[in-house]
Amino acid sequence: MPRKIAGRLAAAWITLVVIAVVVFVGVELMPGDACTAHLGRDAARAEMLTACRDRMGLDRPPVERFALWAADLAHGDLGVSMKRERPILGIVGPRARNTLILAGAAALAGVPLAILLGFLCGLRREGPFDIVTSTVALVAMTMPEFVVASLLILIFAIWLGWSTGVVTAAYDAPALTLLLATPLPAITLALVYIAHILRMVRSSVIDTVGADFVLMARMKGVPERRIVLRHILPNAILPSISLIGLTLAWLLSGVVIVESVFNYPGIGRLAVNAVADRDLPLIQAIALLFGLFYVLTTLVSDLVAMALNPRLRSLRG
Amino acid sequence: MTASSTLRAVLKQPSGVVGVALVVAHVTMALVAPMIVPHNPTLQSAGAILQAPSWTHPFGTDRLGRDLLSRALLGGREAMLIATLSTVAAMLWGAMLGLFVALQGGRTDAYVMRIVDAMVSIPWVLMVMIFVAALGVGARALIPVLGFSYGLSVVYIARAAALDFVARDFVLAAQARGERRVTILWREILPNVRDTLAVQGAMQWSWILLGISSLSFLGLGVAPPAPDWGLMIADGRGIMQAAPWTVLWPMAMLSSLIVGVNLAADAIAKALGVDRTFGVAAP
Repeated sequence: MPRKIAGRLAAAWITLVVIAVVVFVGVELMPGDACTAHLGRDAARAEMLTACRDRMGLDRPPVERFALWAADLAHGDLGVSMKRERPILGIVGPRARNTLILAGAAALAGVPLAILLGFLCGLRREGPFDIVTSTVALVAMTMPEFVVASLLILIFAIWLGWSTGVVTAAYDAPALTLLLATPLPAITLALVYIAHILRMVRSSVIDTVGADFVLMARMKGVPERRIVLRHILPNAILPSISLIGLTLAWLLSGVVIVESVFNYPGIGRLAVNAVADRDLPLIQAIALLFGLFYVLTTLVSDLVAMALNPRLRSLRG
Repeated sequence: MTASSTLRAVLKQPSGVVGVALVVAHVTMALVAPMIVPHNPTLQSAGAILQAPSWTHPFGTDRLGRDLLSRALLGGREAMLIATLSTVAAMLWGAMLGLFVALQGGRTDAYVMRIVDAMVSIPWVLMVMIFVAALGVGARALIPVLGFSYGLSVVYIARAAALDFVARDFVLAAQARGERRVTILWREILPNVRDTLAVQGAMQWSWILLGISSLSFLGLGVAPPAPDWGLMIADGRGIMQAAPWTVLWPMAMLSSLIVGVNLAADAIAKALGVDRTFGVAAP
């Protein structure tokens, strides 16, 4: 078991390093560089371009720049934004906190609900509850986030007047203010999560219900309640846990859209602004941060799955 | 399974009928709409801004006085065309690489998949945005960008599907006969994974379509003033309160198409006996 955890940690570390390389090489392969993107039409003026490249150290060979960039990263220095001319860490930090508040609220409310619904659907497969829930889930997971978000604003903010449509809090507002602003954005995010996880848990439960050990328990006369709670539940949920982590990480794209629609001051909206400003160092840093978040989410869910799985727990090595 | 017997199996399912009907209706509309729309979709009319649905403008007009029925009918064409071309690109490179590393195995497989893992961990929106920041906006730039980023998940699916077959006797026999790798992939493996890839292709199409609409909504996709559902929703969002029809029609069009594709893909998956994946491929 300890060796397994160490292996998983090492794999996460390697993935992070590869992500850093991919982000760097990806930006490197594209025509132009941070300076031509930043200057736009002014890039034609050679002296401005040279001055900018000189300032950014872009005149050095790529390998040397990567080494410098990576060394800075290792110290927690993400570089300097082209447009804002401030250290990126200070720009990204508070907004990353805001995104975590939003994504955390969505996950904490959504994941248990999704597991519960998926479990009920799987137990009563093809029953009326399952058919209705599964159909709604299919629609929810296929609807684009920006459509769901606009629809929610139209219904809850404009027609019913229950909440404000867009978030007006500043990026450095206290955490509680932001948390109070999250219901609509969090619901939009959670709808997609819930639908995906529900379908995964449902099919996992269906597989488990048909397993031999459940049949055996029934034949032994184990009470139905006990079969459901002790035999089906753990065996159906366990394989879903690492998939849940993967889904949460995979659906991070939604954060970018949802934050833009609701004007939520998080890292996703920052990414859209950075693209509009053609601020390559900032975009690079955000991409890296998303990568880090992905690696951490999948790592945590894998570790949780390991901790809960008695088969893995008893293994030596 | 032949194409016609697959279609019959799809149409036996109620959801399959609805899905296929929605997709056929949308594709037909995209093809004939330019001939039948009542108004010029980009013609602005200062005297007719934000009109509620009426006989002259059955869907109403937007804030520039443009006819929303015409715009709604035409609004999927560019997105659908880009989605189709991007899907072809994604399936081609994703399937080729996935099948190749599955057959090759060993170190090639391990290294390639590590790199794919890392790229998958960057959300597609962000990856597209990096490209857009460097290359500029435009439909032509979107096709290779979307084809590349969505092809990553095809690599997983194709590889996983092919792994079931690479150790089978018929592949080993072909290797023993000294067949070339290309021949083995084409003759021995591809026919076995065809169904999985077909379902994946349909799913990719709907995801890419959703992606393009989201990008258009963010101002990174289809360029105004072209009629596009994502753009129309972005455009009408600020005035939703006074004129909800400006967003409701494009929403209904976009949602019905995407739900239709998904229902159809679900039914095809069931008919072919393929386990439908959600685009979340476990590495």
